Amino acid sequence: MKELICIKCPKGCHLHVDDENGYAVTGNSCERGAEYGKKELTNPTRVLTSTVKVTGSLHRRVSVKSLGELPRGLLEEAVRLLDPIELTAPVHIGDVVIANILNTGIDIVATANRPALS
Amino acid sequence: MKYDVVVIGGGPAGLAAACKAYEEGAGSILILERDKELGGILNQCIHNGFGLHYFKEELTGPEYAGRFIELLKKTSVEVKLDTMVLAIEPGRIVHCVNPKDGYMMIEAGSIVLAMGCRERTRGAISIPGERPAGVFTAGTAQRYVNMEGYMVGKRVVILGSGDIGLIMARRMTLEGAKVLACVELMPFSGGLNRNIVQCLQDYNIPLYLSHTVTDIKGHDRIEQIVVSRVDENRRPIPGTEMVFDCDTLLLSVGLLPENELTRAAGITLDPRTRGAVVYENMETSMPGVFACGNVVHVHDLVDYVTAESQKAGAAAAHFVQNGQESESGRVLELKNGDRVNYTVPQKLRLSRMDKSVGIFFRVSNIFRNVEIQVTDGETVLCRFPREHVAPGEMENITLPRVLAEKAKGSTLTVQIVDKG
Repeated sequence: MKELICIKCPKGCHLHVDDENGYAVTGNSCERGAEYGKKELTNPTRVLTSTVKVTGSLHRRVSVKSLGELPRGLLEEAVRLLDPIELTAPVHIGDVVIANILNTGIDIVATANRPALS
Repeated sequence: MKYDVVVIGGGPAGLAAACKAYEEGAGSILILERDKELGGILNQCIHNGFGLHYFKEELTGPEYAGRFIELLKKTSVEVKLDTMVLAIEPGRIVHCVNPKDGYMMIEAGSIVLAMGCRERTRGAISIPGERPAGVFTAGTAQRYVNMEGYMVGKRVVILGSGDIGLIMARRMTLEGAKVLACVELMPFSGGLNRNIVQCLQDYNIPLYLSHTVTDIKGHDRIEQIVVSRVDENRRPIPGTEMVFDCDTLLLSVGLLPENELTRAAGITLDPRTRGAVVYENMETSMPGVFACGNVVHVHDLVDYVTAESQKAGAAAAHFVQNGQESESGRVLELKNGDRVNYTVPQKLRLSRMDKSVGIFFRVSNIFRNVEIQVTDGETVLCRFPREHVAPGEMENITLPRVLAEKAKGSTLTVQIVDKG
């Protein structure tokens, strides 16, 4: 039996995962918690959030995220791929910054609007 | 200049209040924002986890703000950016200034205070030592890294385990810095559990509970930080010093509602929350002036800020439409009882209450298997069981009006009692 704190939402349920019996989860208050408990012990994944450079805007950075969860072990490698990226304003929420990062099938997209400076 | 509703602050609280006031039929609405864009602190909170309650999906800070900014564009709400509010005068006159319009005096039918909060600094917690560069509040570092594009250090110690500190531990690590430790004065973290897991444990960053920074060394830039264990009275224990070679100290040591305007206007403040004392509809002691979000009490979830601000925005619109209602009927004062640090709202006007009212509060320590009770001193009016409560997680209960009406006397106490 493994004890985990669910990170699916800020509630932070205290989960008990039975790793000897098919990863049955108790202590969760929603289905997402049951899913998380099992996945955290078999294949942990996280959403990556970071920033990339942008020119022609009020700010010098624009925030990005992975449009889905990446394997936890790939986060550092993925974030290094963002270093050389340079976007030009305007940038819109949802614009694809890197498609299919590290062959995960997951895109990195912008999460903020950066209107061009007039 | 004259507006029905003037909203001070264009962060999540101000945005939600303005949108709701519009929906409720307020004619002219103006948001005054001192930054060059709307969105407030959400703009620099690039991590995900916002909006699970309100939008039922997981958004980043800028995306959450973006949703409300899009909503706002579909309304007739006006916005003045780069605008600093200087004072609120009796009669709801708002004095403000910006480079384009100069000095303005705006007559407001009603006012929503949504100025948010600020971080406590090194001075506020009196850390001894030298005064080199490299000491930042975590939010300042967050702004530098996420928006301005400056890295603030290479070897980092974080004091305080509030959410911003935890988020910055991960952020600095992903950007290539080495985070040596997160140090927390209390025997428990003030941050959300999920952030301890995904920001510290994921990156093997040690969390030292019951520890604090007792010295900062360095001439131009920080060279060393000394950390000591503290006793149960939070006093450093000699002989327990650990020395970290580092160049940066981030402080995540609490947030203070920013109420200079509120105080100067003579509005009653609550010393527990450091925000305005509010009634059931978020109205302050000054009729027609409402308050919502972190300027009232520091929230941990923006979703709750949104809900609270919609309540304030609706009430601000109704105030303009109905005028000041004459005060009649009972007013109940909410007090914090055993193991509860404060409540918001602090006062309930029974005649103005909807079917029920949400009561928000924080507990004083971590407790398991307890019951939240609302009592009038003689009788427990309602009970809410909880498996786990913690100071880092704001609690809320819904008090039905029919039960509040049963209260004898004029005080309701919210308390935490062991179950069974």
